[in-house]
Amino acid sequence: MAEELPDPDSSPYWEGINIEELRYQQCNHCNISIFYPRSICPNCGKPDPIWQTSKGKGTIYACSVIHRAPPAYKEDTPYVVALVDLAEGFRMMSRIIDCDTNSVKVGQEVDVVYRKDNTGNRIPYFTLHNS
Amino acid sequence: MSLKYACAIAGVAESRLGVVPDSTVMTLQAEAMVKALAEAGLEKKDVDAVFSSGNWGRLPQLQVAEYLGINPVYSDNTSVGGASFEFHLGHAAAAIQAGLCKVAIILYGSTQRSRRERRIFEAHSDLGYQYETPYGLPIPVGAYALAASRHMAQYGTTSQQLAELAVSTRAWASLNPSAYRREKLTVDEVLDSQMIASPLHRLDCCLVTDGGGCVVVVSPELAKSLPKPPVWLLGQGESHSHAQISEMPDLTITPAAESGKRAFAMAGIKHSDLDVVEIYDSFTITVILTLESLGFCAPGEGGEFVSSNRTAPGGEFPLNTNGGGLSYCHPGQYGIFLLIESVRQLRGECGDRQVNNATLALASGTGGVLSSNSTCILGLE
Ligand SMILES: [Zn+2]
Repeated sequence: MAEELPDPDSSPYWEGINIEELRYQQCNHCNISIFYPRSICPNCGKPDPIWQTSKGKGTIYACSVIHRAPPAYKEDTPYVVALVDLAEGFRMMSRIIDCDTNSVKVGQEVDVVYRKDNTGNRIPYFTLHNS
Repeated sequence: MSLKYACAIAGVAESRLGVVPDSTVMTLQAEAMVKALAEAGLEKKDVDAVFSSGNWGRLPQLQVAEYLGINPVYSDNTSVGGASFEFHLGHAAAAIQAGLCKVAIILYGSTQRSRRERRIFEAHSDLGYQYETPYGLPIPVGAYALAASRHMAQYGTTSQQLAELAVSTRAWASLNPSAYRREKLTVDEVLDSQMIASPLHRLDCCLVTDGGGCVVVVSPELAKSLPKPPVWLLGQGESHSHAQISEMPDLTITPAAESGKRAFAMAGIKHSDLDVVEIYDSFTITVILTLESLGFCAPGEGGEFVSSNRTAPGGEFPLNTNGGGLSYCHPGQYGIFLLIESVRQLRGECGDRQVNNATLALASGTGGVLSSNSTCILGLE
């Protein structure tokens, strides 16, 4: 990741991750959940969304087992990258870890976990629910 | 307002394609421009507008115009990935209709194969990408793989159906002397090729080649006086919905839904009126999603639509007749070649791969990670 991170939009998110809280935003005008963090609501355009904390429970919307990785992630292959729909109504990218990569399917329930990635930053991953 | 008959295409050309080690992005664009202008019966001094896309330079629009020695009075560097050139055609039509220019060139060149300048998606880990980069999704293939996984789960689309599209596209390439891969391909060979990002195999993915192209767009008055039969823009639409895949609202519906609706309405034609269709095939799944979003079939039916050799030579739906990005060439941003092939099919210049009596063609470009689409409908009169 670039040195200049976190930035003014993202620092509450990354500060949350560091204390194992998955934060997202909610518009206090139209009430939609917002991710990634922004200074205005991408739906209604009103400023200053408020920060909320997710329970970290979601469903796999899409997933792919990566066999040919970008150079920095070569040693991790094969691994599962997924788009996860959180119960609070926002979607984020993550990996599904601690699983048989071929057993991961669209529609499965997942729970957030926190691990350090290979650059030493703590980031949110997901595991299969009840696994 | 409409762009119908606002402009015509008077000349098209490719540069050398495939592996072209003794070239730069400049030499390839120059090569294509010289050929396209010659075909159009025009000279460089006639060009008053430049449209290009590329991410090879600091200010590529300025660099390429400087290299070619053009001082345009209208200039557009809309750069929305591989679809950029279909956007350019619509923008050129609008500028010509407004009387702001008369002879526009649309340009592209890449030496990504020989010179490894594959910086397209690299090194973006800031702003919105900071929420994706840590997970190691290879871009663009991983994003398209996510869309394929969703389509399969939602609709039962199969890897076999994706492979059938690759096979039909290769059959077209085998009829095109300029295609990079011309040898016969089977469904099993696609399914047995290396898994890159499930469910996409290596042979679900486009080529990585060098190449360039140029399209000469002129005013209606000028078009009628030039050597080639004018190929008219009848309809165009454009849209984009996101930059990164986690922000795509529905992974099974692309911005082609919006741009296609506009293009068909502007042209005033039905899907069944089209003779030939050129759809950006960065990956096999791209075509299936675009066919559905453009309304050639219902959502979820794209897999079935492309199976049973329907899109192959001799099939009822001639699709990607040059062999596509999958088998003909794919120098990073492929969209300019959709226009070039559409024009040649309409002029009846395609030899063994010519679609009989083609008078209406559709070219639909997709860029980014299913992010942008522009669809152009072209016709002979
Ligand atoms: Zn709002």
